[in-house]
Amino acid sequence: MLSLQNVSKTFGGFRALLRVSLEVREGEFLGLIGPNGSGKTTLFNCVSGVFPPSEGSVRLRGEAIDGLTPDVICHRGIARTFQIPRPFRKLSILENVALAAHFGHPTRESDAQARARARDVLRLIGLPADPEARPGLLGAAGLKKLELARALATGPALLLADEPLGGLDPEEMRQTADTLRRIRDEMGVTVVWVEHIMATLMRLVDRVVVLDHGEKIAEGSPRAVAEDLRVIEAYLGEKIALE
Amino acid sequence: MKRALPLVGLHVLVALPWLPLGPARLYILHVVILILIWSVVGTAWSLMGRFGLVSLGHGAFLGVGAYTTVLLWNFWGVPPWIGTPLAVAAACFLALVLGYPCFRFRVVGHYFALVTLALGEVIRLLIIAERDWTGGSLGVTLKDAGAGAVNLVALQFADRRVFYFIALGVWLAGLLVWRWVDRSMTRSALEAIGEDETAAASVGIPVTRFKLKITLLSATLTAVGGVLYGQYVTYLDPGTLAGIGVSLRIVFAVVLGGMYTLLGPTVGTALTIALAEYLRVAFGVRFLGMAETIYGLALILIIIFLPAGLYGGLRELWRARPRPLAAATPPVRPA
Ligand SMILES: Nc1ncnc2c1ncn2[C@@H]1O[C@H](COP(=O)(O)OP(=O)(O)OP(=O)(O)O)[C@@H](O)[C@H]1O
Ligand SMILES: [Mg+2]
Repeated sequence: MLSLQNVSKTFGGFRALLRVSLEVREGEFLGLIGPNGSGKTTLFNCVSGVFPPSEGSVRLRGEAIDGLTPDVICHRGIARTFQIPRPFRKLSILENVALAAHFGHPTRESDAQARARARDVLRLIGLPADPEARPGLLGAAGLKKLELARALATGPALLLADEPLGGLDPEEMRQTADTLRRIRDEMGVTVVWVEHIMATLMRLVDRVVVLDHGEKIAEGSPRAVAEDLRVIEAYLGEKIALE
Repeated sequence: MKRALPLVGLHVLVALPWLPLGPARLYILHVVILILIWSVVGTAWSLMGRFGLVSLGHGAFLGVGAYTTVLLWNFWGVPPWIGTPLAVAAACFLALVLGYPCFRFRVVGHYFALVTLALGEVIRLLIIAERDWTGGSLGVTLKDAGAGAVNLVALQFADRRVFYFIALGVWLAGLLVWRWVDRSMTRSALEAIGEDETAAASVGIPVTRFKLKITLLSATLTAVGGVLYGQYVTYLDPGTLAGIGVSLRIVFAVVLGGMYTLLGPTVGTALTIALAEYLRVAFGVRFLGMAETIYGLALILIIIFLPAGLYGGLRELWRARPRPLAAATPPVRPA
């Protein structure tokens, strides 16, 4: 469904991504891991149009999307969450999500429909806070969930989730990981999931891709990847816990 | 009660020309007309300002609006009925030339303000330079249509009351536009864009297009304000209608009244004009520049203590006032 070919990204002289090629299959639940600064977020940014790749091509279902603006890419069916939540603080929680529901699709639905769908999404994500409240009242965990809700409200075919579990307590982690799984299983959304909490990720995903210093160093089943020598080396010899 | 207040206000405004206001009746009407015209401009400015698109060059749209209609009439006898759409088109063209590159290349915040500031000055200097047409810094007078006291074709009226109602109508239309933007998804979208363009774009909001749209809307309304001014005052000069001076005065008035409320720009405009007129009448030319000094000071105090503006801030305070318990519990609605 999504295909990256030799994607590179340089900032000044610094190479954040180096000829990364990658296929995400339709309906797949893909884990994307790598040490800090290995280029995971940069890869999301290149795909979602925050900036274009310096080289290489990004295709969605065969059509080139590199160089398009984020709104157009969103309309094509790719949604992403931000690792550091970027809520619209002047709008209510509900408005944040309703905005995504309204504008996320090129054929915009009515205000009322968007609001109704936003409420559904909030329920699915399990954000218990008062939807009319401002996001400023949410804690770190709530903001992460809002990110997920907003991305999901755009009605994506492909969801790029950038560390949705960061800052959550174990129970919330379990819930949100479960939600991600349901987004794939029940809604048929293809999911690429970046996370540092390896045990949870490895347990749920179909396949894992590993980045290190901007390069793809491994991909395969969670088990195979966990035993890959280059991956173990990249993580400074720590063996990745599977359970 | 909540609905009654605007209605009463509207009735008073409609009846104003016939109220027994004493010998100063005509003068008061004149000041109110000026307030209405400048409120249209202030409301137009706040359409952008409230979303963080701070323009310091709205004088450009104002000047283009006023000069286009007046010059078309003076030189070719084109009536303002045709001149106004042309003036609006010219202002929109200018807004496009300004907005597209700015928004495309993410010129935001202070940089956007500076670019608009330059635009206002460019238009002012252009008006001065083209003195064969515009009269340069000496200004230009709208040619008298003659042919009686009321000339519908030329939109010139000897009776101030006619103009009063035209200004009132345009002002109300301006408020409706403001309300329409405020009530729509567009407001949320622009609010989101004002906060975080990348996040807004990532949920599918076409950022550049939305910023352009609100800029065109604001420019349109400002140009209409300029047309009104030209038709009413019948004398234009570049200092009053373009450049930094007038652009800043628009911003002052709106910030004073508050840009986040429907009537904020109007209240701010009314206060600044009333103050300027009062000082002019009370002190004549002895304290030239006194008005500017006073509202400069007032503005500093307002920005520090009432960031939502005088009207917006006081309204917030009024709403947050401690109330008796019975009134504070929401009334039970019949099912
Ligand atoms: N906009 C930018 N300008 C300059 N350098 C950048 C930019 N974005 C990322 N980088 C650099 O690129 C490298 C990869 O960053 P990226 O955020 O993609 O890593 P990551 O894998 O997401 O790390 P983490 O796990 O800490 O989130 C880092 O060294 C970072 O400093
Ligand atoms: Mg990251």
